[in-house]
Amino acid sequence: MLEVKNLSIGFRTHAGLKSAVRNIDFTVRPGEIVGLVGESGSGKTITSLGVMGLLPPNAVVTGGEVLVDGVDILKLSAAELRKLRGRHVAMVFQDPMASLDPIFTCGDQIVEAILLHEPIGRANACKKARELLEKVRIPDPDRAMRSYPHELSGGQCQRIMIAMAVACKPRIIIADEPTTALDVTVQKQVLELLRALNKEVGAAVLLITHDLGVIYEVADRVVVMYAGNKMEEATTADLFAAPQNDYSRALIDSMPSPGKYEDRLPVIERDADGNIRSVRPEPKVKASPVPVAIKDETPILELRDLCKSYWVKPSPLSTPVEMRAVDQVSLTIAPRTTLGLVGESGCGKSTLSRVVMRLLEPSAGQILFKGKDIAKLPESQMRPFRRELAMVFQNPYGSLNPRHSVADLVEAPMAIFSDGDSASRQERVRTLIEAVGLPTTAAQKYPHEFSGGQRQRIAIARALALKPSLVICDEAVSALDVSVQAQVLNLLKDLQAEFDLTYLFISHDLSVVEHVSDTVAVMQKGKVVECGTASAIFSNPQEPYTRMLLEAVPTIGTPRCEKEGA
Amino acid sequence: MILAAIRSQPAFLAGIIFIGLVIFIGIFGSWLAPQDPFLLHPDKVNQAGSAAHWLGTDEFGRDLLSRLLIGVQPTLMVAIGATAIAGFFGTFVGIAGAYGRPLASFLIMRGIDVMLSFPPILLALLAVGFWESGVLSLAVVIGVLYIPHFARVAHAATLQVTRMEFMEAERAMGASTWRVVFTAILPNILSPLVVQATLTVAAAILLESGLSFLGLGIVPPEPSWGQMIGTARGYLGQNPMYVIWPSLLLALTVLAINVVGDRLRDILDPRLREE
Repeated sequence: MLEVKNLSIGFRTHAGLKSAVRNIDFTVRPGEIVGLVGESGSGKTITSLGVMGLLPPNAVVTGGEVLVDGVDILKLSAAELRKLRGRHVAMVFQDPMASLDPIFTCGDQIVEAILLHEPIGRANACKKARELLEKVRIPDPDRAMRSYPHELSGGQCQRIMIAMAVACKPRIIIADEPTTALDVTVQKQVLELLRALNKEVGAAVLLITHDLGVIYEVADRVVVMYAGNKMEEATTADLFAAPQNDYSRALIDSMPSPGKYEDRLPVIERDADGNIRSVRPEPKVKASPVPVAIKDETPILELRDLCKSYWVKPSPLSTPVEMRAVDQVSLTIAPRTTLGLVGESGCGKSTLSRVVMRLLEPSAGQILFKGKDIAKLPESQMRPFRRELAMVFQNPYGSLNPRHSVADLVEAPMAIFSDGDSASRQERVRTLIEAVGLPTTAAQKYPHEFSGGQRQRIAIARALALKPSLVICDEAVSALDVSVQAQVLNLLKDLQAEFDLTYLFISHDLSVVEHVSDTVAVMQKGKVVECGTASAIFSNPQEPYTRMLLEAVPTIGTPRCEKEGA
Repeated sequence: MILAAIRSQPAFLAGIIFIGLVIFIGIFGSWLAPQDPFLLHPDKVNQAGSAAHWLGTDEFGRDLLSRLLIGVQPTLMVAIGATAIAGFFGTFVGIAGAYGRPLASFLIMRGIDVMLSFPPILLALLAVGFWESGVLSLAVVIGVLYIPHFARVAHAATLQVTRMEFMEAERAMGASTWRVVFTAILPNILSPLVVQATLTVAAAILLESGLSFLGLGIVPPEPSWGQMIGTARGYLGQNPMYVIWPSLLLALTVLAINVVGDRLRDILDPRLREE
């Protein structure tokens, strides 16, 4: 049993102690899964590290106790703590690929974990490791024993991590965002596994996540954290049925949920008194009347049998084999609409976006942009089209040059095309920064001074600098928190109305795609398997693959059986 | 920015003052020298410090302090000239090797590997053998010798930067190659290059001393620190201070350059700037 009583943690800074977590209280009983949910920066990870005794050197526990079966681990010495870890408390980390040692086989690593706490001999440990792998339902456990982490998929690696965590039958398992790095279908399997194992081992599981859907699927009780404080603790059913706290309600509201179309998502705001509330912004209406979309208008982008192949060698000596990352994709996007492109990781959706942007050369097929084929154009003739095409990348931390100020970054496309003089460009930069909802003082700052959501706004401002007609958003909101994601999605919709934009919106998150898209294309292994209007695809999917994807999405509110019929 | 750093960092301030002093001596060394650095005193060879000769005398009885002061100029010119040449060409060769077309990159980087496989002193000997020795040719030769080192560092850093998403963003915006090189690559590979430059200044002084020791660098009786250290080794038993003074100055100069380079790198990086 894990009891956290009045835990407070602070960070030592130049300006004294900065409090990160204040008076957190919760209990995890054996056999129970408790979800700890909150945005990034809410202190949920610091809490979990505190519970493991793994706090970074500049963090100090300022009060409270962490009782593991009645023993306060905060008072234990390093040696005693080490004994406790693994045997009593085990941890499953976010990135399974990074948490496994790349130079040892998975089998060795599990055996090592067993032998550390149970000296039962290598042969017995091997046998036990194999049994564990069967238990976590890895296909072909013998092969998995021999494999190195890079030879397995992310989902399989996470299974290995879970096998290691349960190897010594720990009393407490702390899972920090265990499924965030995984695809929806894999996520579903891993969550089911976690749940089943928990029943069997009888451990107390603390599940930390920002995804309310995941909490809804597996947790028995939920602790909601915000800005270092516990906002609410309730059973999962109670929380989602009737959240008591304003913040919990706002958080649940800001999630786009399947089957419920809304024009704008509610966002979390703090009013002058510091009260948190959920606000649903009004859609921005353009001053001039929006031109009505005519049915037979030429599509802004049309792909015809687009292919992109890679030649890979299965083994060093064999002849290269063609691997089609994008296989005969045909799509059309009408002006001022959004096409949502969904699929699991590795299905070729990112490759497709880069081929359309001509960052990768297409192997075959046509890319008709406003009726003109740009698939084979040399870079010099491609230039005028680069004005019309813009891209917002997935990782707002990587897509902005860290050496440039925000003003430089937003001005960059205009500078490249020598658009206007310096003064008019500065004026446009100011307008854009305001349009994406950043303060004008942001212009002189550098990207590292902003949060993820703010950086994505900068990236969007840059994409809009040359008034493009097509914006490709490649997983543009995937790296963001739910509440921030809601803000950015609203912004994208506002800007679409304001600037007559057309979006190609790529995401693995079906609920987000349903929220933003007019038409949806589903990709599997490089091919578009299903394509149609958003409402048709989500209410009446034809392909088994689409149906499988939809079923895997952890959904709040509606029980599974009802969702099938909806 | 730099002013603020000076106020908060005494080591940085000390480094800047020391480098400033060395450059000042480099320019005005011949006026500052208390005695004629070329005047021989056969009766006072290898003496320790005294009132007449503060730091003592060398093997021909020449005043050590005066020789050290006027030796700054050739030493600095060789070191800074060589670093500038190596840094400029090496950086662009390295970027071309990482960002250029595959065949060109291959040829450039293999050429660099060939150059790196020879010990620098051997190549320097060869080159100096063909040209007249002097400050300029020495700077050029040492500079060319250190091009591969810069190229390697720039190449590795550029490879890392080209994999970042903002490079893709630049290309998606239709940026020209020049723009990508100067605004995206160069600022982001500056940190390792600054470190490499401070190391190269030190290495160039040492290589110059090695070449001077072999009689290929600065021609005697003109002094340079490296040449003095080289000669003084032979008189270690009679006058240990003869080798210590130029070595100490050399070490301090290299240290000061390292400290300043290190701080400059932090100041130039917006992420490391303190609020």
